[in-house]
Amino acid sequence: MYEPIVGVEVHAQLTTSSKMFCSCRAEFGAEPNTNVCPVCLGLPGSLPVTNRKAVEQVIRTGLALGCEVGTLCRFYRKNYFYPDLAKNYQISQYDEPLTFGGRMELSVEGRPVSIRIRRAHLEEDTGKNIHLPNGRSLVEYNRCGVPLMEIVTEPDFRSAAEVREYLLQLRRLLWYLGVSTANMEEGALRAEPTVNLRDPETGERTPKVEIKNLASIRAVHDAVEYEIRRQYHCLETGEPMQQETRRWNEAQGITTVMRTKESAEDYMYFPEPDLVPIEPEPEWVEAIRAALPELPQARQQRFVAEYGLPEYDAQVLTEDRATADYFEAVVQACGEPKACSNWVMGDLQRLLNESGCSITESRVSPQQLAELIGTIKDGTISHNIAQAVLPKMWATGHSAREVIAAENLALISDATEIEKLVDEAIAANPKAVADYRGGKEKALGAIVGHVMRQTKGQANAAVVNELILARLNG
Amino acid sequence: MPDVTLDDVRHVCRLARLDLSTSEMERVRGELNRIMAHFHELQALDTEGVPTTSHAIPMSNVYREDIPGVSLPVEKVIQNAPDSVEGFFRTSLFVEE
Ligand SMILES: [Zn+2]
Repeated sequence: MYEPIVGVEVHAQLTTSSKMFCSCRAEFGAEPNTNVCPVCLGLPGSLPVTNRKAVEQVIRTGLALGCEVGTLCRFYRKNYFYPDLAKNYQISQYDEPLTFGGRMELSVEGRPVSIRIRRAHLEEDTGKNIHLPNGRSLVEYNRCGVPLMEIVTEPDFRSAAEVREYLLQLRRLLWYLGVSTANMEEGALRAEPTVNLRDPETGERTPKVEIKNLASIRAVHDAVEYEIRRQYHCLETGEPMQQETRRWNEAQGITTVMRTKESAEDYMYFPEPDLVPIEPEPEWVEAIRAALPELPQARQQRFVAEYGLPEYDAQVLTEDRATADYFEAVVQACGEPKACSNWVMGDLQRLLNESGCSITESRVSPQQLAELIGTIKDGTISHNIAQAVLPKMWATGHSAREVIAAENLALISDATEIEKLVDEAIAANPKAVADYRGGKEKALGAIVGHVMRQTKGQANAAVVNELILARLNG
Repeated sequence: MPDVTLDDVRHVCRLARLDLSTSEMERVRGELNRIMAHFHELQALDTEGVPTTSHAIPMSNVYREDIPGVSLPVEKVIQNAPDSVEGFFRTSLFVEE
């Protein structure tokens, strides 16, 4: 019985301000060919110099993935002719990468899955092409030379679901490390899976297929799933297969042949003579390691252990570092972790979505949200009223207590005032009173409801209940 | 080390996108064989235990700080282009890889 064998190669643009080997700006969306210079155009006589921050970001990522850092790392020229590379070679790494031999632990459908990371290395991005319907192509090099990190796994995935989980975890990790925006739509993160099938008993394999043109994690998942099915189908029907690169067609949900490996590339890798080797000093590596933030998977586990949150809450809250930081600031100010989690994931998230703000731009600070949660805890307002107070805090910038005072929203806890309302409610609901006395405890709800309607929900429900019971049982 | 064959020359020409005639390839084959002779001589050296090197100068860790500088004005970038439009280089259609 054949099983799927899948490996994934990810390219992530780093978040440096300048390019990998020159000082042109590394930014998205500039006017065509405005961020280029003799180095990134590959003009004769120009010389590249390595961006230290890019090296640091790859080492940082490698360490977070449990990789070893190389002691002698070199850049190589990967030679090929294509218009997106002005100098006809890409500066990349070959057999002496910056980091190698890591691992990522996943939980997929309740099962632990361990994925080996072969390497995380550094290279430069290529330019962009636009193909026009009139038979011409346009080329621009703003992206050419932007630092690109390549992360390659061993072929350890056995399903599309495992690949999806890996990419979700990797993206979250890159966000935490602050090394990439990891935005797949903008091409800042690109994933290329390699898929084939293997018979574990005989060792027989189908030819490897690489899949390209994947613009979202969902597309990667669907393409891998499709490709696995396609290869099983070929095995069954005896349809010939070959080593090839296939393109994902999102609209039709299929892969189609892009090129076969008959035209096998010979990249003629050789050491880049214009760049000296990198020998990362152990002290530097240790300083980078020491400065690593708490990583998302560890933080998620801590949220469960320390705050007693459900696994789901912990996962949502640690999806990005800013949300996790915000949540912890709220908890620190008011305790009540589960209530804080509900507010951050629920009402606050809704306001953020509606206004298109990120959590760092929230108009309600963690301390303000904590104060609001405190007013529920101390009985000043009910949860329902608090849900109405939060949007007013957002709109006005006022604190919870200011909004409550200005709008006169505090719960009525004054017993004499509530007693009056309770008497009215009992008088107005003779049937409910009779039902209750006849043993139907639920009939009480109608009387409570009457009082709450009269006070627009502002009566302290606990006090109301107590007084009604005292009246009816007294 | 075996001699450079005509097939080797053809392979190198393909990789370098050079279109040479058969007589040119023969000439290049002769030249490459004379160059290879120098490598044969180097092969005689005992390099056991000597680490591979990519640089004649013993130097490493040369960096620049991540500070953006000035790029070329777009007119200069495209001044030698046979064809351009709105800052783009314009070429005949090529196949996406
Ligand atoms: Zn440049």
